[in-house]
Amino acid sequence: MIKYEGRNYSLDQNETVLDCLLRHGIAPPYSCKSGLCHTCLMRATQGTPTSDSQKGLKQSQISQNYFLGCACVPNEFMDITLPNSEAFRSITTVLNIAQLNDSVLRLRLKKPDNFNYFAGQYVTIYNNNGIGRSYSLASVPGTDDFLEFHIQVIPNGTVSNWIKQAVSVDDSITIGEAIGSGIYTNDNLKQSIALIGTGTGLAPLYGILRTALLKQHKGDIRLYHGSRSSANLYLQDALQQLANEHSAFTYIPCISGAEPLPEALTAGRANDVALKDIVNFKKWRVYLCGNADMVKASKRSIFLAGASMQDISADPFAHA
Amino acid sequence: MSDNLYEQIGGETAVNAAVDIFYRKVLADDRINQFFDGVDMEQQAAKQKGFLTFAFGGPNNYTGKDMRDGHAHLVARGLNDSHFDAVMENLGNTLKELNVPDELIGRAAAIAESVRDDVLGR
Repeated sequence: MIKYEGRNYSLDQNETVLDCLLRHGIAPPYSCKSGLCHTCLMRATQGTPTSDSQKGLKQSQISQNYFLGCACVPNEFMDITLPNSEAFRSITTVLNIAQLNDSVLRLRLKKPDNFNYFAGQYVTIYNNNGIGRSYSLASVPGTDDFLEFHIQVIPNGTVSNWIKQAVSVDDSITIGEAIGSGIYTNDNLKQSIALIGTGTGLAPLYGILRTALLKQHKGDIRLYHGSRSSANLYLQDALQQLANEHSAFTYIPCISGAEPLPEALTAGRANDVALKDIVNFKKWRVYLCGNADMVKASKRSIFLAGASMQDISADPFAHA
Repeated sequence: MSDNLYEQIGGETAVNAAVDIFYRKVLADDRINQFFDGVDMEQQAAKQKGFLTFAFGGPNNYTGKDMRDGHAHLVARGLNDSHFDAVMENLGNTLKELNVPDELIGRAAAIAESVRDDVLGR
């Protein structure tokens, strides 16, 4: 028996989840039916997917119970949802709003009791008209008892301006569930990690970084945070402090605009500086977040520079 | 030794090892990389994996019609024999890099070659 989007379906002997749904006239996205194309990616919110159905998935997907419907003959009850379906919303409370720099707000929300997430994932925040925008989590579960977001206030940005102008401490706010596969997986503690982000792309990287340090990651961790001007950097002191405390961690703030720079700042775009610095990304784990053009271009150039596709997580922001 | 090409090449493990190398060669190849501009890299890598599994004689459900439909938009953009040749060359070099014996490379190449007309819409 499986449950899919709230309804129960019984399986025939040796029937896959995908075949069962198709037989019942449900058509989730699918293509090759051979476990190759990953079009029929699904997630179990209850029950454990078979290992056959997780072959070829990223470690981060496996740890979140993602599986391929065409390759899964369940051996127990499974409650199944499509990835990114917004099945769950919670109402929570605003704990704190602070200014991180001229255009970035730090929003802290109470973590709802049943809310589970991994550092580096993102959440949709809804305004009072039900319009939602996705924001990355900067907090770390277990360490921070709140949910933290870095909100870039964009001119005419519907949700970001609503947060800036209309939201205050103790207000109620609606959020979706945490999704996204750009998370830290401690399957290889010795792997070198490059965290490359622009603007508020720092938020998920900050969560991933602190998770890696918490799990006593042994490999090098290099954070390249890019910004147009030094005034738009943020969390510099906290990051420099972490770098001082952990010899394996290096913080490299990068400024792409023309301005005289103190020694602590590097001139150039974060992705260019990282490529020049690391050169060969073979065996590196890479996280890319922020400006969509930067993320897309870097994904390709870093893959060509030797990183395995499995080891690149890309999180392009629509407005960053 | 088994006569099954897929097992002899090394099965799924070989496909996983080959997919990064093959896709990197294709993306770095100026003769064909314009066809990959703007595509989602993860979806593309999954497709490359499907193609390699097919060429290695592994389990797949690909049909001539899939090959035609999947490449029709590229044929419209000028995909021709020279591009197919370039892909074949990258496939061969990938397998060489993985130290696959020449005899097996030849058999994989023959399988890949069998879809040329479908891919090019003929």
